[in-house]
Amino acid sequence: MFKDIEHLVRLASVMAIALVVFVLVRAAVIPRSFGQYGHYRGDAIAEIAARPIAFAGHQACEGCHTEVVDQKKLGKHIVVPCEACHGALAKHTDDPASITPPKLDTAILCARCHEANSAKPKAFPQVVTADHSGGVACDTCHQPHKPGIETSEKLAAEDKK
Amino acid sequence: MHIPVEGFMYPNEVELQWSVLIVLYPFITGLVAGAFILASLERVFRVQAVKPTYRLALLTALSFLLVAPLPLQLHLGHPERSFEMYLTPHRSSAMAMFGFVYLWYLMAVLLMEIWLDYRRDIVLKSQNTTGVLRFLYRVLTLGSNNISDRSLRIDERLGYFITLVGIPSAFLLHGYVGFIFGSVKANPWWSSPLMPIVFIFSAMVSGIATVMLLYMLSTHLRRRELDIGCLDKIAQYLLYTFVIDFSLEMLDLVHRIYESDESFRSLDFMVHTRLWTSQVIVQILLGTVMPIALLGLAQIVRLTDRARKRIYALAGILTVIGIFAMRWNVVIGGQLFSKSFLGYTTYKMGFATREGLLTAIVLMILPILILWALVKLLPPWADADALSVSATPAQGAS
Amino acid sequence: MEITRRRVLLLLPSAAVAWRYVLAGTPEAAPNYKMTDHWWGMLIDIPKCIGCGSCVRACAQENDVPDGYFRTWIERYHVADWKIEKPEVVSPDGGKEAFPPNQDSSGKNFFVPKLCNHCADSPCTQVCPVGATFVTPDGVVLVDKKYCLGCRYCVQACPYGCRFIHPKSNTAEKCTLCYHRITKGLTTACCEVCPTGARQLADLKNPKDPIHEFLRTHAVEVLKPHMATGAKVFYNGMDGSVR
Repeated sequence: MFKDIEHLVRLASVMAIALVVFVLVRAAVIPRSFGQYGHYRGDAIAEIAARPIAFAGHQACEGCHTEVVDQKKLGKHIVVPCEACHGALAKHTDDPASITPPKLDTAILCARCHEANSAKPKAFPQVVTADHSGGVACDTCHQPHKPGIETSEKLAAEDKK
Repeated sequence: MHIPVEGFMYPNEVELQWSVLIVLYPFITGLVAGAFILASLERVFRVQAVKPTYRLALLTALSFLLVAPLPLQLHLGHPERSFEMYLTPHRSSAMAMFGFVYLWYLMAVLLMEIWLDYRRDIVLKSQNTTGVLRFLYRVLTLGSNNISDRSLRIDERLGYFITLVGIPSAFLLHGYVGFIFGSVKANPWWSSPLMPIVFIFSAMVSGIATVMLLYMLSTHLRRRELDIGCLDKIAQYLLYTFVIDFSLEMLDLVHRIYESDESFRSLDFMVHTRLWTSQVIVQILLGTVMPIALLGLAQIVRLTDRARKRIYALAGILTVIGIFAMRWNVVIGGQLFSKSFLGYTTYKMGFATREGLLTAIVLMILPILILWALVKLLPPWADADALSVSATPAQGAS
Repeated sequence: MEITRRRVLLLLPSAAVAWRYVLAGTPEAAPNYKMTDHWWGMLIDIPKCIGCGSCVRACAQENDVPDGYFRTWIERYHVADWKIEKPEVVSPDGGKEAFPPNQDSSGKNFFVPKLCNHCADSPCTQVCPVGATFVTPDGVVLVDKKYCLGCRYCVQACPYGCRFIHPKSNTAEKCTLCYHRITKGLTTACCEVCPTGARQLADLKNPKDPIHEFLRTHAVEVLKPHMATGAKVFYNGMDGSVR
């Protein structure tokens, strides 16, 4: 009787061996940390968290550049974080002497926020730069850290208060 | 590469994610499932008329199933990591579970059924050939030369059982591919409970048509007489399946038009513009309505054998093209519109690139080459092999 | 500025103070971060967004985002009168260089910043075949670059279009909520540079986080709520036309 099913027994054995080999290979090859927190490689979390940062954060800037902070406090740009304009500067905080931030082009920079656009909130200060300055660089008249300009009307309004 | 966009698309949506290779994949697995269902008609449902195609259908299914993973591998960003799907399959992912469905179908169903059906021929060939072929056949015998009546009867009964299991397995194989698309709630062109069913029926249609065409072609190449009774039967089953398939697709369409939900206007515009040729002209008119009309004609009107053969050939070719177009419209169509329903993009298919048209063409030719090799190795026809004694009913060779 | 001895001596005390802040920013700090103490989200205040694109640029810089792909982007909406089902939306290069001047104030116009919503019931992690994308115990959806196959199923499954395939690594990528920053007590790059405070990181598990009070006093929405993704980016003042 066995003779007549011998071929099936051989087939079953081949499949059983293949299964065992698969299980062994799997145990050897699966990353160790897989399944630590869920169905993924647990080590991936630490790997992603270890990425170096590019933006230092405004608190890092304010520690050294106190005079700028004092200036900003007098105007509307106190709410604007340093790196919003100056770009990512973590490298600068690590090595302030050798890595210095690039000079900014106010013609492009300021327009991003202040170019008139009907989708911007109505109360937000915006101008049509072509009419407002005729293409002249913004920092010709405005000091970026304290952008407000003291006009006689404004001073009068201040006095009234 | 500049991709023309009409209207608004989320910035990351402009470039298509799944290329023509992913169109090819459901097409190929569909042929596998369909060819197998045709084979099972004889084995399980005892439809004697289609016996001449039994072994050919199995070999066809195997040829296409072996090629099926290739478009996927070529599409992956990291094909060398694809084995991860077997190491750490994510049970909630239809794609991961499909890896096992594929493996089950290949190993436990198709290969087993072919081996059991051909075992007698394999053993005989291992004794009567020489050289490399002899070695190959000897490996395939797994070291057992027993082809006594008793062992062959056991094979026959086991084969019957495997085919019985194989039918739902074939449905599962291609239904799963449908589910891979149908379960994506983010995409209203795909997300539908009908998707697996539509895929299964269109798979059966394409598989039956392909085996029919291959039978006609191989018989012609071998300069043999076509079994017209067999062809008539296959064409009949093709027609019935096609009517069901068409009804399901029309149901989906009518339902969408009637409910006219948020996505409808956007999808409707897409079908009328970007998908007009591939969906309305190729898939529906040329690829579905015309073959159904032709096959229906052959059922209703008395035609000569020659006329019927020509009609079947034409209907078969149009069917295969139509089902390919259906896969195209599902996969590519599902990525041409924005999920904001405010815009459309364009599919830029390369030619001689990793996921280009040339690659797709080569991948479609490859199963034919494999089939040719399998037919040489394991002839589906008794008269090709002088050693083959009068075939027992179980072995389905003509 | 010339480095003279006098200037250095004057700077020394402020430098000492600054050093503490610098330390807070270095990668080696924050060994006390416990994932289960946090559940991250974000608050976006639409009436405050000026569409300046600072967030898009900062994200690209902080995370080396390749050109033409976006981990965050800004959309500009124009809604004509009552036609909220047919808004006109633009997002030129994701809003990276802000938006062209536009003084047409007919209808309703506003900006909507978008990013990964770090869904609690994320459809993208559900479909990943191998476990290369996942939700961390602190609620951030991340991608394991070393494990991802690049099959793109997750990109298809995201209803918000926030994922893409990185052209160099051929793996899936998207906003990580600056995980490398928030685990060190910093905020995300996009929130850091936002000049109007339209974007704010929120730790939903921290009872002192201002988001709790904000959620209590404002009507907020998430994107595509019918998808039931458990999105954790909350939008204040979002119009019904937003897609």
